[in-house]
This record gives sequence, C-alpha cells and structure tokens, in this order.
Amino acid sequence: MSEHILIIGGGQAGMQIAVTLREEGFDGSVTIVGEEHHGPYQRPPLSKAYLAGEADAETLELRNPQFYVDNNIVVIPSEKVVSLAWGEKHGVATTETGRELPFDKLALATGSDPKRLTCEGADLDGVLYMRGLDDANELKARWEKIHNIVVIGGGFIGLEVAAVARKYNKHVTVVHSRDRLMSRAVGPVVSEFFLEAHIKRGAEVLLDSKVTKLHGESGTVSGVELADGTVIPADAVMVGIGVSPRGELATQLGLEVSDNGAIVVDSHARTSDPRVVACGDVALLPHPLTGENMVMLESVQNAVDQAKLAAKSLLGGSEEYHAVPWFWSDQAELKLQMAGLSQGFDQQVVRGNPDEDKFSVLYYKNGRIIAVDAVNDVLDYMAVRRALTAGQNIPADLAADSSVALKTLVTD
Amino acid sequence: MPSVTYISPDGTETTLEARVGDSVMDTAVKNGVKGIVAECGGACACATCHVYVDEAFLAEAGEAGPLEDDMLDGAASERTNCSRLSCQIKMSDALDGLKVTIAPEQV
Repeated sequence: MSEHILIIGGGQAGMQIAVTLREEGFDGSVTIVGEEHHGPYQRPPLSKAYLAGEADAETLELRNPQFYVDNNIVVIPSEKVVSLAWGEKHGVATTETGRELPFDKLALATGSDPKRLTCEGADLDGVLYMRGLDDANELKARWEKIHNIVVIGGGFIGLEVAAVARKYNKHVTVVHSRDRLMSRAVGPVVSEFFLEAHIKRGAEVLLDSKVTKLHGESGTVSGVELADGTVIPADAVMVGIGVSPRGELATQLGLEVSDNGAIVVDSHARTSDPRVVACGDVALLPHPLTGENMVMLESVQNAVDQAKLAAKSLLGGSEEYHAVPWFWSDQAELKLQMAGLSQGFDQQVVRGNPDEDKFSVLYYKNGRIIAVDAVNDVLDYMAVRRALTAGQNIPADLAADSSVALKTLVTD
Repeated sequence: MPSVTYISPDGTETTLEARVGDSVMDTAVKNGVKGIVAECGGACACATCHVYVDEAFLAEAGEAGPLEDDMLDGAASERTNCSRLSCQIKMSDALDGLKVTIAPEQV
C-alpha cells in the first residue's frame, strides 16, 4: 500500500514540503490541510505591495490550482485540525468538522499566530492584526476611513504598515515598547536610521512606551492610552508585537515543545519522533550556521529552505540544515536586506553613508563576519550572503574602506 | 492572454498563457516551471529569477531599475545586455510571444 504523508498548515512551508516531496520522486499520497479559506499564498506582500494596492489576491497565489492537480497534491482549505493521535498502524488527524485524515508520516507547518493585546479595550472593533489575507483585507476595507492610525510595535510588520499609511498621508503614530526599532532583527545603527527615516516621512515614533488601555466609542476604538496617561486619537490600531508559534498539536503526540510553544527540531527538521517533521515559523531549530544555540527563524527563506530539508528527511534523507538566514523589509523606498544573524557580534563596520539612504553594516564575532544589514545596498548584501554561504570571511579592516567592492575582499 | 515561452538551461521550452499584470516570474513559478527559484517571491530582494530576454523583446521589456541593476551585478550567472530579473517584468499584451532563457545558476 502506498504511503500517505499529511502536511498540516497550508502556508509557504506546507506548500514547499509538498512540492519537494514530488520533486524527490515520492509517489505516495500528499495532502495539505489548512484552516485558511485560501490555497497557499505569499504572506510578505500583505503588509507591503498588497496593502499599497500594487498586487491582488490572485497575484499572491504561490501556485495556480492546476499545479496541485498536475502534481497530485490534495489541498484541503478551511479545515482546522484539532486532534492528532497515532494508532497501531498509522496516525489520524481529526478536524473541527469531524473529518478524519490518516497518515503514515506527518509534517507540521502550522506557523504562528500574532501575539494579541491583553489590555482593556483590546477587543474593540478597529483593533487589527496582520497575519493572513483576511487580516489584510480587513485593513484595506477600512483604509479610506482611517485618518489616525496607531501602530503598536516597531518591528517589521508595524513599520511596513506605517510606511504605507504615510504614503497615503494618514496620521501615523508608532508606539514601541523597547528603546530601539526592530531590535530583535537589526543592529543599533540600523534601528537609529529607521527611527529618523520614519520621523522624516511624517510618522510619530514613541520608543520605550507602553500601551495601558484602548479607548472606544460605540464599540469602536477611538484612542490609545499610554502608561504616562497620554491618549493618542486613533480610528484604527494595527498591532504587530510579535508572534506565538502554534505548536499545540505537537503536544498531543508527545513531541518536545519549548516553553514558548515552538516545536523543537534537530538539524534535519525532525521532531522527537522521526516520523514527524516540523518547519517554518513553528520550529525551534539549531542555529543553521553555528549549531551552538536554538533559534526561531520567522521568514520566507526559512519556511522554504527548512521545508525542502524536512521533505527529504521524511523520505529518509540525512542532510543537515546549514542555509544562511536572510530577510528583507520594504519601508517607503528603503529596501532593508539582512543576511546571517547578528546577535552576539563584538565588532561592526559601517559602509556607505546613512544620510544618503544607502549603506550597510557588517557584523563580526571573533574576527569573522557573521551578518549584514543593508539599506538600498544590494551589492554589499549579496557579497556577505555569498561569503556566509561559502563559509568565507571578509576582513573588517579591509571592509571599512567603502570605496572597495566587498566581493573583492572575500577570503577563507 | 499574452503568451510567454521559457527556455530552460537544458533547452526545454515551455509556453504559458500569462495573466496581464503578473510578472514573468509569477507566471513561471505558479505553473511549476523549473529553474526560476524566486526565493523572495518577487520583491526584487534575491536575484534568483534571472533570465535572458530574447533580443526582439528587449525594448518592450524595458530596462532594469537601479536596484535591479545592482542585483543583476550580484547574480550567480553571467550578466549580459539581455539580463533581467523576471519578477520585474510585468506581462502585458505588448509582450505577447515573449521568449526568455532561464539563467543556469540562480543561487
């Protein structure tokens, strides 16, 4: 009897597992089950081109419907898996509507949920999140009537929405709880640059500020109150304060799950049960370059690369995960590109001139390059990404001369 | 619908009907054409959808913008005067019959 692989989660990672299984010649059955009403689509444009009206829902589809038919991949949308159990011969996933989906092997690509506000007024109408197409559509439907938008959270999502809102001349206030923007993802020089960039483009940005309460009128949000008592008028609030991995199903199979709800995987994307893999936003994985610590990588790159590996592992492969993490964010006309992980750097080199909206910051640890943040500087970004992929170095003293192309400085 | 033909590095030709407004990259990826990696999904952020545009269509396809221009300099395969990132070419009726050759190395 042919083997049945079930993929839970119809996002970028889930779709990629299915595609890779077929590319690797797997001829058993492949089913993707996801709770969204849409087939697999791209999320990154939701807070960028889609919100700005430069892309529609069909453009965001990752594959056209015929592709799944041609590749014998069954996609089941609008079904939420609520329980998982192993029987004697195979496992069964049961959905909210009572549908039972059997499997011999399982891939968990359940992604993450946006963290919710918990303060008073958090359930008012007009308090919005940005995770899926439905969220983006809700914001778009309200867009015309929004004059004052308060963005809670100065990470990628919040700042991307803020940039689009400023483009449409809305009054924008970003409230961030930490002392610098995007602090988890970029270094201080880049945080400072984006603070000034958003202020220069007309947004108000409040750092070290905590939201204590949302005010409402007739059930709809009307203002955001901060710890110091200030109330900022708002006819919409966009909340982008991070995500929580959706590892709850894994606990039903007794798999190892971390305190934050992420599914713990090894360098092969395998969970503590070798018949089950997990990848993408839901996975807590060994640092792909150093292996020294466990990391969460919430990005398209990781969703795709880890999914490819997870599919191969399900088919018995033993490849290890060493993909260089990379990310990007579009804010106004600024393209921010990052490669590697800069946490723990002990030296940095700034190339180019932030005042000209084009520069890069190279991060080093023990004399070796570990990451780059680049703003409108594609060549530096590409050079570092290549060097990291090849396990090479770009000496800091030489990189300090911005007039020299980085790619000419690569050494072992 | 305008059609577009992809020539793979191994010489295989695939002709597809494109939706006006979708990019040359979108059309290929959605239909499972191999060789166009398009890691970033069309944000001009990765240079993994490099193609060589048939000379007859060069003018209509337009020139690379400044960012794309830099990306192409950093692309994995050799850059020629026909090089474009396929995510930056939007299909239109004027591009009906477009032919592109997929660059052999993308990542």
